[in-house]
Amino acid sequence: MLKTFSIGGIHPAENKISAASAIEALPVPAMVSVPISQHIGAPSEPLVKKGDAVKVGQVIAKSSGFVSTNIHSPVSGVVDKIDDVLDASGYKRKALVIKTEGDDWDESIDRSPNLVRNISLSSEEIIKKIGEAGIVGLGGATFPAHVKLSPPPGKKCDILIINGVECEPYLTSDHRLMLEKGEEILVGTTILMKALKVDKAVIGIENNKKDAIEHLKNLATAYDGISIQPLKVQYPQGGEKQLIDACIKRQVPSGKLPIEVGAVVQNVGTAFAVYEAVQKNKPLFERVVTVTGVSLKKPSNFLVRIGTPIATLIEAAGGLPDDTAKIVGGGPMMGKALSSAEVPVTKGSSGILLLPAEKTSRKPVENCIRCSKCVSVCPMGLSPYLLMSLAQKAIWDRAEEEKIMDCIECGSCSFTCPSSRPLLDYIRLGKAKVGQIMRTRTK
Amino acid sequence: MNRLIVSPSPHIHSGDSVKKSMYGVIIALMPALAASLWYFGLGALIVTLTAIAACMFFEFVIQKYLLKTTTSITDGSAAVTGLLLAFNLPSNLPIGIIIVGAAVAIGIGKMSFGGLGKNPFNPALVGRVFLLISFPVQMTSWPLPIVSASSYLDASTGATPLSMLREGLAMGKTAPEIMSQFPSYIDFLVGNRGGSAGEMAGIALVLGLAFMLYRKIITWHIPVAVLGSIYIFTGILNLSNPLEFAPPIFHLLTGGVLLGAIYMATDYASSPMSKNGMLLYGVGIGVITVLIRVYGAYPEGISFAILIMNAFTPLIDKYIKPKRFGEQVAKQ
Repeated sequence: MLKTFSIGGIHPAENKISAASAIEALPVPAMVSVPISQHIGAPSEPLVKKGDAVKVGQVIAKSSGFVSTNIHSPVSGVVDKIDDVLDASGYKRKALVIKTEGDDWDESIDRSPNLVRNISLSSEEIIKKIGEAGIVGLGGATFPAHVKLSPPPGKKCDILIINGVECEPYLTSDHRLMLEKGEEILVGTTILMKALKVDKAVIGIENNKKDAIEHLKNLATAYDGISIQPLKVQYPQGGEKQLIDACIKRQVPSGKLPIEVGAVVQNVGTAFAVYEAVQKNKPLFERVVTVTGVSLKKPSNFLVRIGTPIATLIEAAGGLPDDTAKIVGGGPMMGKALSSAEVPVTKGSSGILLLPAEKTSRKPVENCIRCSKCVSVCPMGLSPYLLMSLAQKAIWDRAEEEKIMDCIECGSCSFTCPSSRPLLDYIRLGKAKVGQIMRTRTK
Repeated sequence: MNRLIVSPSPHIHSGDSVKKSMYGVIIALMPALAASLWYFGLGALIVTLTAIAACMFFEFVIQKYLLKTTTSITDGSAAVTGLLLAFNLPSNLPIGIIIVGAAVAIGIGKMSFGGLGKNPFNPALVGRVFLLISFPVQMTSWPLPIVSASSYLDASTGATPLSMLREGLAMGKTAPEIMSQFPSYIDFLVGNRGGSAGEMAGIALVLGLAFMLYRKIITWHIPVAVLGSIYIFTGILNLSNPLEFAPPIFHLLTGGVLLGAIYMATDYASSPMSKNGMLLYGVGIGVITVLIRVYGAYPEGISFAILIMNAFTPLIDKYIKPKRFGEQVAKQ
């Protein structure tokens, strides 16, 4: 019996159609738009102005607080303007638009392909370096990585969990990374272990990536304290709380962070970025993005510079199929529907998914038949049907009692509902309102 | 450039629908329907078709002319109610009574509360119990299987094993004496005994259960809790005094226990939402069924037991919550 998390979960069609496509580096785009808010926390402060020349890897916006991070130029060229640009949120937000000239990298970056195993920095130096390199959680949550590596006083971490689950259907960027950059991920994991001062790390990988499990298992024999944990394919196993439960049978209490049970979770993509930052002095300005969809000519995994318009990626994958009804930034379960193909790739972009109407159109909403499937699938053990009606009726105190804030917005309830009820839509609304009420209370 | 849909996640759906669930239940009931046609032939056919047609008719008429809303008779739920109602009736019941039962099941049991998903009680059972109280003679004369397969209203009738047990005990016989007159448990399992159209063949009902579990239409919790609690409760009674109380397996295979536990108690709208709630609800049904059978005025009690526990469902949902993530750790 393979391990998995203990409550709820679903198994949507996996559709990993781009799994066999090796990572391909896209040419440097002629123009990039780099939003200053690509992470959870305070937006970064621009350091350059219109007309400034920049190099690849140069800091162009600096961290503006503890939960914030630096942003580096993904191209060399000239800052064309600082303007409001439509991003994945659907709003126009401030971004640095850079016109590319050549591909001139900052001299301090080690561009050789050699693997560097020896870790020379101390724990504190590693965390500082990761903070400077602008690394955020690359699974999609985009929480600044150095913050997670600095547990609050009194909390002790005893295990690092690396998230190689990639439980979202369609997405394959982490899968490819594990196959092609396995050594780097393991060195990155070792660096993260050193930063956290732990001697154990578990890399959790779902069993639909048997080749990656085998590959990393073979490599991991040369690394102390790192074990590979195959997991049963079950969504949303990539959620932090679910992954910790699946790997080490510890449940993070309601409203708490993983550190409460002595664990820190980082994505495999983040571990790779940490390797590059610490061993190669290369900050985060490019990432692997899956471009996929059943009607797409060439489903691919691209290594792209941050700020590249996703239209460029879609072109490189064979062009926008005629039947495209929705462009999703991320996976089909938790990704965001984009309002335009001009939206730039950001640090959190794990994939671009093109869905035809018949796969994504919502069906007419019917009465709740109380089938209890939403309750069965909820990985947090909530009652989605009840939370939805509490939100509809604006009964916020009961919604709070029913733990509406525990919802991780995985969408399993809406996915499963035979009556096609918009459960998560209303729960989100309820979370926003209850969150607001809770904040005014603590003030 | 195409016009893009922008809506919140999730962007895909399982494809499950109310229709699929309802037709799944209908498919699961097919083996039992085949068994009832085999044993009661013409009568079963007339009763089943009348009940289904009448339920769909009343739902259509009420939605179209009374509520003036869109009609939903194709979603299969009215057909399920009709089928389950028919399964709870003797196969020699006159058409007029069946139609009254369907009108009560759909009109009062379902539509008066707001239709699909809003009914606090199982509609088919509301119809059945209404008929049982209103037409006690017709509702408790059970045609004999096989011999009455080609007859309808003129079928030769006999008592059910449960009523024979009750009358036998009242006359001062011991349980084993009465049991010795019954066909074997194998006959019970394949349905060769008196009873309502759908409760005949235990094996056909269990086959339907397997199908519904496989298709994830229902979970095991309610059927197992009902059957398990009946088995344990009657088992304890039987051990305490084998002369007065029938063995537990007899209780599981007679009356509508299997039909009730698998198809009636699991009605979505009128059963609890959490797994623990389902277990409590199932045990409640089991215990009340045995109490009615052993100490009550009726020989059979599962219909009443289910309706009584239906009434407790909102209370169960209020106090028994699903197991929440992180709760165990928080308690340590």
